[in-house]
Amino acid sequence: MKDKPPLIAPGYTSATVTDKISAVVLRGTPRWWFAAFGAAFLLVMLFLFTLGHLFLKGVGIYGVNIPVGWGWDITNFVWWIGIGHAGTLISAILLLLRQEWRNSINRFAEAMTLFAVACAGVFPVVHLGRPWVMYWLFPYPSTMGVWPQFRSPLVWDVFAVSTYATISLLFWFVGLIPDLATLRDRSRNRFARIVYGMLAMGWRGSARHWHNYESAYLMLAGLATPLVVSVHSVVSFDFAVGIIPGWHSTIFPPYFVAGAIFSGFAMVLTLAIPLRALFGLEDFITDRHLQNMAKVMLATGLIVGYGYFIEIFMAWYGDNKYDMYMTVNRMLGPYAFQFWSLIACNVVVPQLLWIKRARRSPAFLFVIAIVVNIGMWLERYVIIVTSLHRDFLPSSWGMYSGTIWDYSTFIGTIGVFLALMFLFIRFLPMISIFEMRAILPEAKVEGGKE
Amino acid sequence: MSHEKANSLESARARLAGTRGREFWRSLEELAGDPSFQEVLEREFPAGASEWGEGLDRRRFLQLAAASLAFAGLSACTRQPLESIVPYVRQPEEIVPGRPRLFATAMTLGGYASGLLVESHEGRPTKIEGNPEHPATQGATDVFAQALILGLYDPDRSQLVLEAGEISTWARFIARMSAALPALQANGGAGIRILTGTVTSPTLGEQIRALRTRFPKMGWVQYEPVSRDGARLGARLAFGVPVETRYDFAKADVVVSLDADFLVEGPASVRYARNFAANRRVRVGHERMIRLYAVESTPTATASLADHRLGVPPSEVPFLVWALAAEIGVTGVELPKALPEERARFIREAAADLQRNSGHGIVIPGDYAPAEVHVLAHAINERLGNVGTTVLRTDPVEVEPVDQVASLSTLVDDMRAGRVDLLAIVGENPVFDAPADLEFKEALLKVPLRLHLALEEDETSQYCHWHLPEAHPLEAWSDARAYDGTVTVMQPLIEPLYGGRSAHEFLSVFLDDPPRRGLEILREHWRLMAGREDFETLWRQSLHDGFVVGSVFGPRKFALRKPAAAEAVSAIRAAARDATAAAATAGGAPTDRFEIVFRPDPTIHDGRFANNGWLQELPKPLSKMTWDNAAYLAPAAARRLGVASGDLVAIEAGGRAIEAPAWILPGHPDGAVTVHFGYGRTACGRVGKGTGFDAYPLRSSAAMWSHPGGTIFKIPGRRDLACTQEHFAMEGRDLVRVGTIARFQKDPEFARKMEEAPGRDLNLYPGFNYEGHAWGVSIDLSVCTGCNACVVACVAENNIPVVGKDQVRRGREMHWLRVDRYYEGDSESPDAHMQPVMCMQCEQAPCEVVCPVGATSHSSEGLNDMVYNRCVGTRYCSNNCPYKVRRFNFLQYSDEKTPVLKLGRNPDVTVRSRGVMEKCTYCVQRINAARIAAEKEDRPIRDGEIKTACQQACPTQAIVFGDINDAQSRVARLKAEPANYGLMEHLNTRPRTTYLAKLRNPNPDLEPEKT
Repeated sequence: MKDKPPLIAPGYTSATVTDKISAVVLRGTPRWWFAAFGAAFLLVMLFLFTLGHLFLKGVGIYGVNIPVGWGWDITNFVWWIGIGHAGTLISAILLLLRQEWRNSINRFAEAMTLFAVACAGVFPVVHLGRPWVMYWLFPYPSTMGVWPQFRSPLVWDVFAVSTYATISLLFWFVGLIPDLATLRDRSRNRFARIVYGMLAMGWRGSARHWHNYESAYLMLAGLATPLVVSVHSVVSFDFAVGIIPGWHSTIFPPYFVAGAIFSGFAMVLTLAIPLRALFGLEDFITDRHLQNMAKVMLATGLIVGYGYFIEIFMAWYGDNKYDMYMTVNRMLGPYAFQFWSLIACNVVVPQLLWIKRARRSPAFLFVIAIVVNIGMWLERYVIIVTSLHRDFLPSSWGMYSGTIWDYSTFIGTIGVFLALMFLFIRFLPMISIFEMRAILPEAKVEGGKE
Repeated sequence: MSHEKANSLESARARLAGTRGREFWRSLEELAGDPSFQEVLEREFPAGASEWGEGLDRRRFLQLAAASLAFAGLSACTRQPLESIVPYVRQPEEIVPGRPRLFATAMTLGGYASGLLVESHEGRPTKIEGNPEHPATQGATDVFAQALILGLYDPDRSQLVLEAGEISTWARFIARMSAALPALQANGGAGIRILTGTVTSPTLGEQIRALRTRFPKMGWVQYEPVSRDGARLGARLAFGVPVETRYDFAKADVVVSLDADFLVEGPASVRYARNFAANRRVRVGHERMIRLYAVESTPTATASLADHRLGVPPSEVPFLVWALAAEIGVTGVELPKALPEERARFIREAAADLQRNSGHGIVIPGDYAPAEVHVLAHAINERLGNVGTTVLRTDPVEVEPVDQVASLSTLVDDMRAGRVDLLAIVGENPVFDAPADLEFKEALLKVPLRLHLALEEDETSQYCHWHLPEAHPLEAWSDARAYDGTVTVMQPLIEPLYGGRSAHEFLSVFLDDPPRRGLEILREHWRLMAGREDFETLWRQSLHDGFVVGSVFGPRKFALRKPAAAEAVSAIRAAARDATAAAATAGGAPTDRFEIVFRPDPTIHDGRFANNGWLQELPKPLSKMTWDNAAYLAPAAARRLGVASGDLVAIEAGGRAIEAPAWILPGHPDGAVTVHFGYGRTACGRVGKGTGFDAYPLRSSAAMWSHPGGTIFKIPGRRDLACTQEHFAMEGRDLVRVGTIARFQKDPEFARKMEEAPGRDLNLYPGFNYEGHAWGVSIDLSVCTGCNACVVACVAENNIPVVGKDQVRRGREMHWLRVDRYYEGDSESPDAHMQPVMCMQCEQAPCEVVCPVGATSHSSEGLNDMVYNRCVGTRYCSNNCPYKVRRFNFLQYSDEKTPVLKLGRNPDVTVRSRGVMEKCTYCVQRINAARIAAEKEDRPIRDGEIKTACQQACPTQAIVFGDINDAQSRVARLKAEPANYGLMEHLNTRPRTTYLAKLRNPNPDLEPEKT
C-alpha cells in the first residue's frame, strides 16, 4: 500500500468526510441539476409516449421480422443487464476480497446496477407480442394449473434477473442504512428528517447495530457474488441454447460474463468521471480509483477479445459449413460495418489502456469508456442480428434494421436511467459515508475495523 | 343525428375512401385510434345529448341517479347489434349445424370451365376444392379457383346500379331498356353491339342466338386480353376449320414445349399437370420418367421441371419450331439457315427423341405463340403419329371461335364511324385492357348508350352510362364447357350479396319481358337440349356431379392442309424480314433494343383479380415478388443497361412508353424483356389500386404477345418491391437434392447420403412415443411445378391474413406454406428448383424447448401444436426454427372490422389476433373432423381420408399426408422410398415433413451423365 497513492486525499477527518459527502444532499440543489434532470425527464416522457404507442399498435412498430425475431429490444436488454454487473462486482466481490478502494465507488455503482436492471427489465416485456400477459412467465399458481415451460432459457432469465434485481436492491438499501441515519441526524428540514428517519429504520450506531450490520452485509455480499457469474451466464443461454449458427456456442457464458463486467466498468467510469468533477469529489474518487477500474476494463476486454477469437477459430476448426458461413457473413456480409466497429471499440481501442498516461487521464478514460459502451452494444446487436438474418435456409434470409420506435425506446430507457441517477445523487449520498470513514488514516491508526 | 357525429363519420369515410391496399388495412386501425371516431363508436347518443343541464336541483339529481342505476345494466349492451336468434321450425334434413356441405359448381377463366366443389358452412361458402370427377380439375385447383372465395366477399365489389354515376335500380334499368329497344329494333338492331369475353356457355350462346333472331343485324364481339388467338388462327390455317387440340400427357414419353406454360397456365393446366406428374414420378419398381424439352421466350414455372431448357427471344421461337419441323421431316420444310450450333443441337436431339418415341410424344405450342408455331406443331404431331394417341383434336369448345383482336378492331371502327347506338359490355374491362393502338376509350365515347355489367366499378364503368353489378360466379346459375367440351354446371352457393345479376339475366333484359331469372333460363335451355322425358333426373344428376356426364367432345379426324407447313415457314421468313427492315429504319443504339414479351400476371391474371388480396400477396412463381409487377430482364441485359432490380426503366414500343421497375430474372433470354399486364389499375378497389404499373399501353393489336422492336433505357428513380425470397442460391447446402434418373438407378439412396443424420438415440430429453397415429407429409420435388395452388389453399383454409406490401417488405408475410425457389448453375441459364416448405412438425422440435410458456407443445400424434391463447409472443420459437416456417402477428393483421369478410372465414380455424405466433398445423381441424367421423362410425381413420388443404389443391399430387405409423399408408410407403430425405436432418430435428429428391431425366446425348 505504501507505494500507491492514498485512496482518500490527505487531511480529511471523519467529520470532514461526513460534511463533504452529506453536503451534496443537504445543501441546496445546484442549478445544473435542474437542467440535467429536466433533460432526462423529457426522455422519460419520450419513453412513455413510445410505450403508449407500442401498446396501442403492437410490436410491429419495431423493426423485427421473420427471420430476425429479436433486434434492438433484446440487444438493449442484454446491454443494460451487462452494465449492471459492475455494480455487483464492486460491491460484493471486491468487498469479500477486501479491496478497500471500492468504498468510494460502490454506492453509486450499486445504484447504477439497480437502475440498469430496471431499464433492462423493460425490454423483455415490451418485446412481447402480448405484453399484458407477461406474468405468464412467472411460476404463479394459476387456477388452470399451467406453469411456465421450465426448459426455456427465457424462464431461467426470469429467475436470474428477478433474483438479481432483488439482491441488488437489498444490498444497496442495507448499505445505505447507516448513511440514512447520518442524513436524518444532520438534516435541518423536518420532512427530510422524517423520511430519512423512517428509511434509517431506527439506526443508532450502537456497537450491537454495527455488529449485526456487518454480518448482514457480508452475508448479502456472499449471496450476491454468485449472481455476478450466474445472471449473465443465464442471459447468454438465451442464445447458446438456440441452434442458430452464431448462437449455439459453449463459450458464451464466460465470455458474456467478462463482457458484462467490461461494459459495467465502462459505465461506472462514464458516470464517475463527470460526477466527481461536478461535485468536486476528486479527493474521494481519486485517479487511483480510475486507474484501477481501467485495469479491470483492460483485463475483461482481453477476455472478451479472446472470446471473439475463439468463436472465429472454432467456426473454422469445427468445419461446420453453417458456422463457417455465419462467421464469414459476419465479417464480410451486410453487417460487416457493425462487426468491425465492435472489434475496433472492444478490442482495439481498449489496448490504449496499457499506456500509463492514458490510464491517468480522466478525460481520456471517459472517451474510452464511452467507446466501450458503444462497442458492447454493437456486440449484442451483431450476435443477435447477424446470426438470425442468415441462418439455415437461404430462402428465408432477410435483413433487419431498427425503426424510429426502436431508437426512441432505447433513448427513452437512457432517459429513465439518467433521471433515476439524478434523483439518486440529489437525495441520497452517492458515496458511502461510513465506508469512507473506515478507510481514513485515523481509522487505521486506531486499529478501527479490520 | 347531430352534425358532429355525422361529420365525424363522414370524415372517417372520406379518409377510408382515399386509401387502398395495405394503407386501407392500416387506416382502419388508425381510424380506430382516432379520438373523434372513437367517440362516435363509444357514445350511444350524439354529442350534446348526454350533457347535464344547468341548475340541477336535488330532486332531479336523485331522479337521474336512480335512472342511471336502473339503466346501468342495460347500457353495457348498447353496442351489441340487435339480433333475433330463432331456431328452425322445421329442421332441414341435410343441414347439421357445424358440419359443412359440399356443392359442385365451376368457375371460368378465359371462358373455360373448371369444376369445383365448394364447402359451405350454414350457407356461407368458405373453401373451394377441385371437383374430383370433373375432367379439368380432378379434385385439384389452380390459384385463381382457390382465391375465388375472397373475391366473393370482396367489400369493394360493385354494389349499386349506377346511371351516369347516380344510384339507380335494376327496375329502372329494365324500364329504360324496354323503352329504348323498339327504336333500335327498327333497323334490325344494326346499332346494337354486345361485347363479351370468350363464351363457351351453351346457354349464353343460345341466348345470343336468340338475340340475333330478334336483332338480325346486331353484332357480337368477343374479346379478352388473355385469349388464344394464336391457337385459333393456327388451327384455321392448318385445317381450314376451327379445331380444338388437347393433349394426353398420361400416354406421352417425350414432350417438347414451344413457349408453353402448360402445367401452370391455361384452361387445362390442372389436368395436364396431373397427367404429366403421374408420368414423371419415380418409385422403386417404376423407374420411367416423361422427358420435357422446353423452348421458351420467358422463364416459366413449367420449365422448372424441364430436363432441357432453351431460352430465346420471342422472335427466335418460330425459327426453332421451323427447325424442329424440318428435323422431324415435315413435308415442304427445309432447315433454316444459320441456327447457332447450341440451339441446332438442342432441336436435333429433341427431334431425334420425338422420333424415337413417335406416337408417344407431344409437341405443345404455347397459347400465346404465333399462329405459325401452332401450324407447325400440328404438322409435327401429325408427322410423328402422335395425333389420336397423345394429341387429340376435337370440335371447338367455344360457342363461336373468332379472332378476338380482329373482332374488337371491327367494333372500334364501327364505334368510331358512329355505327353503334348501344354497346353492352358483359363482364369485361376493355377501357383498361384493349390493345392500346385501338384507342378503345375514345371510340367508346362516341356510342350514345353504353352499358356495363361487371363485378366491380372499373375503368370501363367510368365511361358507361349504366353500370350494373354482376353476380359473382358463386352467386349465379350458369354453365360452361371445360377444355375438353364437358358441359359444366355452375350453381350459386349464396344469394347475390350485393344484388348482382348474371350475364344470362342481363341478356334476358333484351330478350324476355319480364326478364327471367338465371335458373329459369338455364333449365329452359337444357330442357330443350335434353329433349328427354326424364329431364329432371338428368338435371339433378348433373347438378350433383357438377357436369353433364358424357358431354365430352370425342376426338375427331381433321385433315391437315398440305401447304400449311410451307406457308407457315414463309410467314416466319416474312415476319423476320419485316422485323429486320423495321430495326434498320428505327435507328438508336442496338444495345437498347429489346423484344418485349407480354404475359398475363401469374397471380392477378389480366387485372381482374387485382383487388384480391390473396392473389396480390401470393409470390409470383419465379420472382417471388408480391403486390407488383416488373420488367423482367436477363442478368446480362441488366448489366448492359446498368440497372439493378428495382431501378426504374422506360420501355418504349410503337411510339408508346411506360415506366417500370426492372427485375433481374435468372434464365431470362437476353435481348428480351418480359412485362406482365394486369397491374396499374386506376379504378378498382382499395386492395389493387396503385399496385404495379400498367403494361397494356405497350400492347398493340398487331403485337399482342410480343413486340419485336422495343427499346429500354434506365431512368432515375427506384421502386421498392416486396419480395418474399431475396436469396436464391443454395450456398452449397443440400436443400433441394437433385439427381438424374440414371444416378438414381445406380444409387437409389444418393439423396439421403448427401448429409449425415444423427443417430435416433441422440437426445437430451426423453423422446416421445407415438402409439396412435403419427402424422407425416411427403413432398415429391420431382413433380412440384411451384404453381402456388397449395399456398392459396392454405391461406383460404386457415384464415391467413393479408398483410400488405409494406409488411411483406419488412419480412412479415403470413403464409404458413411457402414455395422456395432456388437456382443452380450459370445465372444466364440456371436450373430452377421449387420446394414447398411448411412446418416440418419436428419430432425433436427446436421451437418447443425454448417457448417460455409452453404455447407450442408436442401432441401425442407428433404435431407441434400452437396454443394461440397461451402465446405471449417472444418469437423465440421462430428464432430457433431452422426452417423459419413460423409466422408472427406483428400487428393486428386479421381484419376483424369488415363484416362481410367474416362470412368467408373457416369457422373451424381460430382467427389469430395481434401478438401471437402461428404456423402450419397440418390442417389439424381436418384431422379432428376425420377423427370424430371415424369414432362415430367406430372404425380407424382410413388412409387418404384426411387431406391437408395443400395436398388437396395440388394439381400434381406432390404432397401426400398420412399416418406414418401405418406401414401400409401411402405416406409411409413414400417415406420408405430411397429418394426420401429430410431437410436439415443433421440438426437432429427429425422432421415429419420429408421430401423425395428431385429427379431429372435428361437426354444422355445432350447431357452425358457425369461420372
